[in-house]
Amino acid sequence: MVEHRADILVSCLHDRCPELIPAFEEELERRGLTGEVTVVEAGCRGLCAMGPVLLIEPDGLFYTHVDPADVPELVEETLIKGRVVERLTYKEPETHRSVCRYEDIPFYTKQQRIVLRHCGLIDPASIDEYIAVGGYQALGQALTSMTPEEVIEEVKASGLRGRGGAGFPTGRKWEAGRKARGEPKYVLVNGDEGDPNCFMDRALMEADPHSILEGMIIAAYAVGAHRGFIYIPYEHAGSVRSMKNALEQAREYGLVGEDILGSGFDFDAEIRLGAHSFVGGESTALMHAVEGHVSEPRPKHVHTTDSGVWDKPSCLNNVKTLSIVPEIITRGAGWFACIGTETSKGTQVFSLAGKINNVGLAEVPMGITVRELVYDVGGGIPKGREFKALQIGGPSGGFLPPSLLDMPMDYETLADAGSMMGTGGVVVLDDRTCVVDTARYFLDFLRDESCGKCTSCREGIRRMLEIMTRITKGQGQMADLEMLETLGQVVKKVSLCGLGKTAPNPVLSTLRYFRDEYVAHIEDKSCPAGTCKALIQYYILPEACTGCTLCLRKCPQNAISGAKKEVHVIDQTLCIKCGVCYDVCRFDAVAVR
Amino acid sequence: MPKVKSLEELQKLRQQLQGDLRTRAEVSTTITIGMGTCGIAAGAREVMHAVLAELDARGIEAHVTTTGCIGMCSKEPLLDIQQGDEPRITYGNITPAKVPRLIEEHLVQGQVIEEWVVGRVAA
Repeated sequence: MVEHRADILVSCLHDRCPELIPAFEEELERRGLTGEVTVVEAGCRGLCAMGPVLLIEPDGLFYTHVDPADVPELVEETLIKGRVVERLTYKEPETHRSVCRYEDIPFYTKQQRIVLRHCGLIDPASIDEYIAVGGYQALGQALTSMTPEEVIEEVKASGLRGRGGAGFPTGRKWEAGRKARGEPKYVLVNGDEGDPNCFMDRALMEADPHSILEGMIIAAYAVGAHRGFIYIPYEHAGSVRSMKNALEQAREYGLVGEDILGSGFDFDAEIRLGAHSFVGGESTALMHAVEGHVSEPRPKHVHTTDSGVWDKPSCLNNVKTLSIVPEIITRGAGWFACIGTETSKGTQVFSLAGKINNVGLAEVPMGITVRELVYDVGGGIPKGREFKALQIGGPSGGFLPPSLLDMPMDYETLADAGSMMGTGGVVVLDDRTCVVDTARYFLDFLRDESCGKCTSCREGIRRMLEIMTRITKGQGQMADLEMLETLGQVVKKVSLCGLGKTAPNPVLSTLRYFRDEYVAHIEDKSCPAGTCKALIQYYILPEACTGCTLCLRKCPQNAISGAKKEVHVIDQTLCIKCGVCYDVCRFDAVAVR
Repeated sequence: MPKVKSLEELQKLRQQLQGDLRTRAEVSTTITIGMGTCGIAAGAREVMHAVLAELDARGIEAHVTTTGCIGMCSKEPLLDIQQGDEPRITYGNITPAKVPRLIEEHLVQGQVIEEWVVGRVAA
C-alpha cells in the first residue's frame, strides 16, 4: 500500500459544485494516486467570491474558481508533476499579480483567525480531525483542573464580549447564570443568524461545529447546567446537519453525556429548529421559540440568566463566542486580552459584501480601521472606484463616511459614530451607490422583519419607509428630514428589543453624514450617485460614442438605436434605466444626469 | 468507538490521530522529489514511494512533496532535503535502493552523504 503524502482540501461546495469531490476521486483513481492523495471536504475559507477554492497540502498551494473540468489538469500538473497551475491561482485585485501560496495571499496574511481557526483546514464531519488539532483538550482541562468559578474568572479576565451583536461581557453573563437560583439551568447556543448579508455563524457551524460544542459544554460547566439547546433556523440545512453530526459523535466518544472525561460532570444537549427570521436571534424571542412558541421578544426587566426558557435560569451565547472559549482556556486569558482594543478584546469576524473585491469572511483584531478593512483585507473597491461609505452592523447598522476611514473600529467607537459592531456584517458602497436608496432598502427589510409587537417599531418604520420612498422618487420635502429624525428617535427609544432600538440607524446615520445627498434628492430632484431611477436619465455623449454597437446589443429593452460607426441614441420612452449601457461602454460615452 | 473516559485517554487519542493530519501540520523537514517528465521517466515516482514507505516505517515526521524539472535532467531522479534553516541539499541519481541509507544518514544521523550531492542552496 502506498503511504499518504498530500491532501486536497476543497471548500465552498454546497450547491455550487457538489461534483468537484467525485471528480477528484475519479481522477486520482485513474492516475493511480488513491491513498497517496486524499480529498477532504473542508468548510468555508472566507474567499466566497472566488469559490470553489482548494488548498493542496503540504505545499500550501491555493486555487480559486475551480471547476470539475480543471480536475485532470490539476492532478497531472500539481499532484503528479509538482507544478503550479497559474491560471487558477489567486490574483491580486489591483495588480493582477498571481499568488500561488495560501500563506502569501494578503487577504489571509492580514487576518488573525481565532474563531475561524479551523475553518477550511479540517474535515468538519470528523471528530477525529478536531481531536487531532487539539480539540476537547480545553474541556478536559476545565473539567479536571478548574472549578466553575475559575473558568468564569478566566473568561472575565480575557475581556471576551458576546459576539452576537450586543457585546455583553461573557464572563459576567456566566457569573449571573451561576449565581441564579432555580433548577434546572440551561445553556443555549444562538445559531440564528438573521442579518441578510451575514454568513459567519453558518460558515462556522458548517466548518468547525465541535469548537462550538466544546465551548457550550465549558459554559454549562461554568454556570452549572446539565442540559442545553442549540437553536438553528431549519432553513440553514448545512448548519443543522453539521451540528447534529458533531453532537452524535461527541456523544459516542463520551464527551457529551454522563461523567464527562471521568469528572463526574453530566451534560447533554439537543438541537432545536426554528423558522428563520431577523428577530429570531433576539434572546427572549429565541427562548420563546425553544419553548415552541412564536419567536417574539418580551421585556427584559428580569434577565434571561435568571428566568429564561420555561422560566428557568438560561444562559445564551452566540456560536462565535462559544468557539472562542476553548482557545481562552488553553492559551490563557492574558493571551486573548492582548489582542484588540482597551474595551473590545480579541478579534471580530467581518462578513464583507457590496462593492469590495474580496467578498467573503475575514477575521481581524478589534480596532482595525475602516481603511485597513476595506483596502488591505478587502482588496479595495472593484474597478478602482471611490469609497463612499461603509455600512456596518447588519441591516440596522449605521453608515460611516470617508472622513472616518481611519477610525479604529470597536464596540464603543462604532456606537459613538452612530453605527454598531453588531455581528460584523459589512456592506461597502462606492460612488455609484446611492446612500439614500440603500438606507431605504434596509428599512424595507426591517419593516418586513419587525414582529409587530411594539407600535413604535411596527408603525414607525413603516412611516419612515414611506418618507424615504418619496424622497427617492423625487417627491420629498425638506420638512421630511426633520420628521425622519423625530420618528427615528421615537422608534429607538420606545421599542422593546434590539430590532426596533437599532432600526432607524441606517436613516439617522445617513442623515448625519450624507445630508447633502438627501437635499439633492429633495431640492434638485437629482440623485448624485445616478441610481435612483425616478431621478435619472441615461444618454449617450455624441462626441465620445464610436458607434461600436455594444450598448445596442446589450440593452434588454432594445431602447438604443444607431448604425455601426455612427452615434447611438437612447429612446427615453423605452429605457428602464437598468444601467447596462453605462456599465458596458468602453469609451465612457454613456452619461447619467 | 469506546468512550474517552479521562483527559489522559483524550491526550493519547490525540497523539494517535495527529499522524493522519501530518500533511497539514508544521514540520521541520521537507523532502522534495523532481517530478518533471525527465524525473518520472528516470523512476522518480518509485523513489517517492520508497521515501514514503521508509518514513512511515521509521515514524519520521516529514513532508514529501514534488516539483517540476529544474534543468538537471541527466541526474534525475533528483531529491532535495530541507531541514529547518539548514541549506537545502540536492541529491542526484537516487534509486529506491538508495533511499534507506539516505533517510538513515541524512535524517536520522544528520550527516549529508557527500558523494551523492549534486547541489546545495542556502536557506
